[in-house]
Amino acid sequence: MNIEDRLRTPAPDIDLAALAEREGLLDVAVAHMDSPIGDLLLAKTPLGLVRVSFSTSAEGDGVGHDETLEDLSARISPRIIEAPKLLDDVRRQLDEYFAGDRRHFELPIDWALVGEWGRKILDACARIPFGEVRTYGEMAAAAGSPKASRAAGTALGHNPVPVVVPCHRVLPAGKRSIGNYTGGVHIKEHLLRLEGVLAL
Amino acid sequence: MALPPFTTLVEEHRGAVWGYLCAMAGPASAPDLLQDTLLSALRAYPSLKDGSNLRSWLLSVAHSRVVDGARARARRPEVLGDVPERATTHAETDDELWQAVAALPDKQRHAVVLRFVGDLPYAEIGALCETSEAAARQNVRAGVMRLREELS
Repeated sequence: MNIEDRLRTPAPDIDLAALAEREGLLDVAVAHMDSPIGDLLLAKTPLGLVRVSFSTSAEGDGVGHDETLEDLSARISPRIIEAPKLLDDVRRQLDEYFAGDRRHFELPIDWALVGEWGRKILDACARIPFGEVRTYGEMAAAAGSPKASRAAGTALGHNPVPVVVPCHRVLPAGKRSIGNYTGGVHIKEHLLRLEGVLAL
Repeated sequence: MALPPFTTLVEEHRGAVWGYLCAMAGPASAPDLLQDTLLSALRAYPSLKDGSNLRSWLLSVAHSRVVDGARARARRPEVLGDVPERATTHAETDDELWQAVAALPDKQRHAVVLRFVGDLPYAEIGALCETSEAAARQNVRAGVMRLREELS
């Protein structure tokens, strides 16, 4: 064997996630998940699920996840580590939901990315049952400010944990359109169809 | 500008750090030092003020782990009896080769190890060794030639 080949020494595999967790240094665990609505980026802190992020491209191929990671780094911590195992329960519950086998999620949520008003709206949103819809006005009323339907829409648009907190179940009054959705209206349509709200 | 996720930092600079540790401490101690380096870096990462040259920061962390490791070894009393020096969890290393590597002049040793262990391009080796790309290429060539002589 020549010198060059004898020198090549592969770096050992280090389970950075396990190491960091053991030392209490895993501030944000992240994992990707392939889903019917594209590649999802999932992020979890020791307190719970903190972010579910869609690809921003129509192909759902993961474009936009870098911006999400940058945002998590700036707003929570740059100690972000790929740790698919730590997100097993989240992925399993999402898989079951997309397969039609789950109607609500049992996951602790970390609300670190949400302000006071957003929290009120998202709490109300989390109580909308599977397969039902509400209007932005109804959400505002449930949060104690019946006139704030526009602000309710903004808060729902900034939902850091879509699908799990079902902001897709909130529609404009009048039923002429299903309204906007951060990941794209096609995702909202997919979810409402999955829940039997929109006809196939 | 937010710091990149720690995961990304490690993916990008793992080769450079690993190569550096092998060059400084040899491949037998390098795995433990790599783990120490990553943990120290992870601990300090959020308080890092300047994220403009993350690789040299990571290498400076690696450097202090090597220095601390050498100090700790110097303090540790000799183990008596036939206790094996190191558990056999690490891959068997090519002692003859690495002794020859350790005997190379600093610049050659760094350049050779960064090239073949770290798998870095010459331009990056030059940057890390504070030489030009051409000098890095020359140091690698001279180092390999010297190793070949030593080991023939």
